[in-house]
Parts: sequence; structure tokens; C-alpha cells
Amino acid sequence: MSEITSITTPIRLDYTYTAGHATQRFLLGMAEGRILGQRCPECAKVYVPPRGACPKCGVPTTDEVEVTGKGTVTTFCIVRIPSDVLSVPPPFTCAHVLLDGADLPFFALIQECEFDKVRMGMRVEAVWAPKAELAATFESIRYFRPIAEPDAPYESYKEHL
Amino acid sequence: MAETTSTRLTAAHVLEYPYRRSVGPVLGAFFTGLTERRLVGVRARDGRVLVPPVEYDPESGEAIGEMVEVGPGGVVTTWAWVEKPRPKHPLDRPFAWALVRLDGAGSAMLHAVDAGSAAGMRTGMRVRPRWKAEPEGNIHDIVCFEPEARGTDPETP
Repeated sequence: MSEITSITTPIRLDYTYTAGHATQRFLLGMAEGRILGQRCPECAKVYVPPRGACPKCGVPTTDEVEVTGKGTVTTFCIVRIPSDVLSVPPPFTCAHVLLDGADLPFFALIQECEFDKVRMGMRVEAVWAPKAELAATFESIRYFRPIAEPDAPYESYKEHL
Repeated sequence: MAETTSTRLTAAHVLEYPYRRSVGPVLGAFFTGLTERRLVGVRARDGRVLVPPVEYDPESGEAIGEMVEVGPGGVVTTWAWVEKPRPKHPLDRPFAWALVRLDGAGSAMLHAVDAGSAAGMRTGMRVRPRWKAEPEGNIHDIVCFEPEARGTDPETP
């Protein structure tokens, strides 16, 4: 055997993730093709996905809110490095999408669009998995794609960068 | 929002970093040696042989690189018994983590010892490596250490 110049030293942690009430509501919504968030009773911000409490006010978020799959790209990055966990070949674009009516951007893959045409303010919509494949997972939303609407003005999302 | 249903969503979640690190000339010699079923250390400035080898003298900090073959047998200098091995442990049955000072070495190396039961372990016992069939150039080329045949232990009558 030839000279050894490198070794692999994987670090691996195996968790069992338990969703909890708020995330479970959201995930069960995903299985129905719905996007569910929660509104803070004090500051009225809407969190999607919900975490069960408002990080700003420190109170439980009790009101459930449904939002649509339409939103605005607040920021993005072009990925040029292949990954075992994403089936999409690089280059592709990942973005933060601020769903209409929500106050927390949603991490999303952008498709049906040239990777270098994605821009801040671009209007997009969720593309869902076929109905038979909907499940209690983020992957029920396959990706987001551009829609024929004018770009949102910077002022409309500058608080959410 | 109080969830009245008894559903509780859980899922396996794996966090894994598949690091590859370059080993340099000194550890590289150690790992290359394993592929040939040879154990090598490095001579420190005070004459001791350190196994696994290090690139710099632990006292003076000078670069060192004189490789010295050691072992393959050695002596257990201390150990801890593992009654219930965990999934990623090197053996799937009870074993000892031990520091093994290989013959000719001045430092001890951590590895597993397959001794059957804690009663089979003793500080000062002689052990030898059990090699993997197809070495790959990493520490797992030594499956574990095992007690040398009875009578080779100088402290056993």
C-alpha cells in the first residue's frame, strides 16, 4: 500500500428529535399542504415556523395563523459546492423567503429560475410535493419559484434581513 | 397552543462532519506502518520513543522525525473496564480501554483490550495487537489488543 497522507475522522452525533407542540402543529400542517405559524399576543409578530414563544417578548405564542406560500426573497446565496444532503446539482440558489403575513424569513431552495437571476425583493411562491407525497416534513415544500409580480420594495422587508 | 392529540412527532436526526485531515510526515509514517502491520514511534530528544509519534519534542519543542519500530507486543499500564459497549465502540462485547506501552516505547497508547472479562485484566499484563484483515492506514487497522499467550507474561508464574 502507498504512503498514507490523510485520514478521515468523522464526527457523528445521532439524535432523536422531538418536535414539540408548536413545531408539531407546523409539521402536521405541512402534511396537509398548509403553512401554519403563530402570532405573538404582545408584539403581534407572526413566526413561521413557530417555536411556541416570542423570542422578543418572552411570552407563549397562542394564536395560530395560516399564511400562503407567496413571499419575498430577503437575502440569498449561490451554492457552488456539491453536497451529499441536497439532490440539486450546483450551482443553485438558497434564499430567505419572507412569506406574506409572516415576520420570520423561511429558508428555501429557489428553482425554475437561473441561479444568478435571484435577487433581493424577488417575489416567489412555494411549489408543493404532489398531494400523495405530502408528509409532516419541511420537504413537503419542494422549493420556491419566481412569480410574475413586481419586486417588493426594500422598505417592505428591510426589518427582516 | 395545547395539543390535545396524543401524536408526538419524532425523527432521527444525524449531525455528521465527515472530516478528512492530512497527517503530515510523522503521523503519516505511523499510519503507513499500520498498513504493513508495523508499529513505529518517534525518538524524542531525551531518547524516549513516543508512540503514536509526534512532530515536535514535548520538552524543547524542536522538530523531531527519527522513526523507530516498536512492539508489536506491549504492557498494559492502566485500564478501565467497559461492561456495556456503546454502538461506536471498537468491540461489541465487554472490553477494556487501556494504555498500552509497546515494547521499546517510552509512552503508552490508548486502545481496546479484548480480555473476555474484567478478571482477565491486570496492570502489567502483556498484550499484542490483533490486526484487521485488510489494513487501510488508520488506527482501526488494530482491531484491539489481546492478552499474549499464557506464560509470556513475566509476572505470571
